Amino acid sequence: MARVMTRIALAAVLSAIASAATAQTLNTIKTRGVLNCGANGTLAGFGAPDAQGRWTGLDVDFCRAIAAAIFNDANKVKFVPLSSKDRFTALQTGEVDVLVRNTTWTSSRDTTLGLNFTGVNFYDHQAFMVRKALQVKSALELNDAAICVQQGTTTELNLADYFRARKMKLKTVTFASADEAIKAYDSKRCDGYTTDASGIRSEMRKLVNPDEHVILDDVVSKEPLGPAVRQGDDQWFDIVKWVHFAMLTAEEFGVTKANVDEQLKSDIPDLKRLLGSEGKHGEALGLTNDWAYRIIKQVGNYGEVFERNVGQGSPLKLPRGYNALWSKGGLQYAPPIR
Amino acid sequence: MTVATQAAYVASSPIPAIPPPSAHAGVIGWLRANLFSSPFNVALTIVCALLILWIVPSLLRFLLIDAVWTGADRQACLATPEHPEVGACWAFVRDRINFFVYGFYPIDQRWRVDVFFAALAFGVGWLTWLDAPRRDICLIYFFAVLPIVSFLLLHGTPGGGLPLVETAKWGGVLVTVVVAAVGIVVSLPLGVLLALGRRSEMPAVRLFSVIFIEFVRGVPLITVLFMASVMLPLFLPDTWSPDKLLRALVGVALFSAAYMAEVVRAGLQAIPRGQHEAAMAVGLSYWKAMYLIILPQALKITIPNIVNSAVGLFKDTTLVFIVGIFDLLKTVEAARGDPQWATPVTSTTGYAFVAIFYFLSCYAMSRYARYVEARLAQGDRR
Repeated sequence: MARVMTRIALAAVLSAIASAATAQTLNTIKTRGVLNCGANGTLAGFGAPDAQGRWTGLDVDFCRAIAAAIFNDANKVKFVPLSSKDRFTALQTGEVDVLVRNTTWTSSRDTTLGLNFTGVNFYDHQAFMVRKALQVKSALELNDAAICVQQGTTTELNLADYFRARKMKLKTVTFASADEAIKAYDSKRCDGYTTDASGIRSEMRKLVNPDEHVILDDVVSKEPLGPAVRQGDDQWFDIVKWVHFAMLTAEEFGVTKANVDEQLKSDIPDLKRLLGSEGKHGEALGLTNDWAYRIIKQVGNYGEVFERNVGQGSPLKLPRGYNALWSKGGLQYAPPIR
Repeated sequence: MTVATQAAYVASSPIPAIPPPSAHAGVIGWLRANLFSSPFNVALTIVCALLILWIVPSLLRFLLIDAVWTGADRQACLATPEHPEVGACWAFVRDRINFFVYGFYPIDQRWRVDVFFAALAFGVGWLTWLDAPRRDICLIYFFAVLPIVSFLLLHGTPGGGLPLVETAKWGGVLVTVVVAAVGIVVSLPLGVLLALGRRSEMPAVRLFSVIFIEFVRGVPLITVLFMASVMLPLFLPDTWSPDKLLRALVGVALFSAAYMAEVVRAGLQAIPRGQHEAAMAVGLSYWKAMYLIILPQALKITIPNIVNSAVGLFKDTTLVFIVGIFDLLKTVEAARGDPQWATPVTSTTGYAFVAIFYFLSCYAMSRYARYVEARLAQGDRR
């Protein structure tokens, strides 16, 4: 299957490269009247439907922000649910304009698939969960431990790499689905369980007694998740990149969904440039100068979106961690708008 | 002279029949005849009884007795000291049932889906009730009116009226039913044509049918779906990109048509040569002979296999999730990951719900096929 997919992907890459030169993504989207956004569909907090069938999540809101910047209407998005198997092909064939599907930015994906990552909208990492009763403080104490993990994922490979690099002995117990893996961990077949930190918190809620378990601080692997676009259309690449930066800048200057209209009156030059009352930064992108205002007004700044979907305002309650602003000890840093 | 009115040896009323020996009648007789007729059967019966005893009570306990029926979020389905055993979390299914049925369909437009379900149920009921009045109109309704009306109803009418709801917003039971219905309705006539084509004496038609059938049967449905959903847009001009659901529908319909063709061909081959010759002898044209003589007999004997294909197709529709279409199974998968409901039993409950849905649908189909079969076989019994 994987081999077939590689071949299909390869064919798709070739044709994507052939048609990339002519791509005028922004114009196509404007004519179409709707942004096609490749989303996950089954990952709570990032892209999943709620009880009313409304799309919610951090990635989903990022697409809404792009739509708000283009159309002044955050609802002009068509979400295309993609599996991990068909996500890149969908982007290459032009079925979606942007892929925001908790996709890890790696060198091979960036260079060989005919796509470009525009940034990192969520810094994830692979982490371990163990029973509190084990009294383990660090993953380095897990020598000779049995770890439950989902089969055939990069998670499994990272786990092996991590133990090998530290010359520790590892017993992996693999399962076809994350569900089976967590069930096995819960029934004490393993000492530890590993997956991405964002996923561990929601998996934890499937345990019989979540309070008896703890997530270790060790970073098994870096998993920077970000939006991707097709290669060959720099304007579109810039737009998607700067939508993220605008949301970060808004948080940095304390501009929120609620106070953005007040902030319009502010005299601070940075704010004037962000909200479009000074300079022509939006037009330079091919948008209107109030592009960032639209995003904040309709979707919110990065911090608001984060807390609403995966942070304290959500059942996941993820800490900001690496996703805090650079000024607060995190990694989220936006170049200045000027 | 006295008249012997009451001769001792004449019975004036029928002698009541003696009941059969208790070992051969009633419950015991049935048990002896069916369950304990030979040592092998005794062993089988004991093994099956043990299996049932092993599975059914725990299943019932999980699905019904320990199940949680009401609740607002995961708290309801968590084990507590006073309620340590938690069964199926039906509260989760109840909370998400609208999503399972309608998917992303806009809430204020969902009545359209209800109307579609009602129209489809009416059509199926009419079509499957063999003594129903005006079955000729029913055919027109089911194969011509219903598809067009359903499409306009679900997708929206151009130029006002019903607002457009693009197929990306369809989901759940709606998509499952649409894919299965289109697949079954399209594949049967197409399959009959392909089967006739394969037995045709015209080389071009025969070659086309053989190549089509063998090619489609030679690849898995997943590959067909991938081709339809991923490769097709590459071959078509940029300006014309068919709808994602439509592409999957075409893939599923063509795939099942190839299988249906082989099923029908088996039936055609079972009809004795004499039937063809007799039809020709009375001067019927090819199509008339097929329509009046051959196909009615061939389809009758293939009903079990046709239904078998239909049941298989109905379950195969779950594969459309692989190209990102939210059928029932996929909506459940999406909902079970929601941290609001994540508990140790949520996933199991979701899958149990899907299993029950599919079982009831498929069982109803096969029961109906049994009924039709029995009815059509009455002619042979005379």
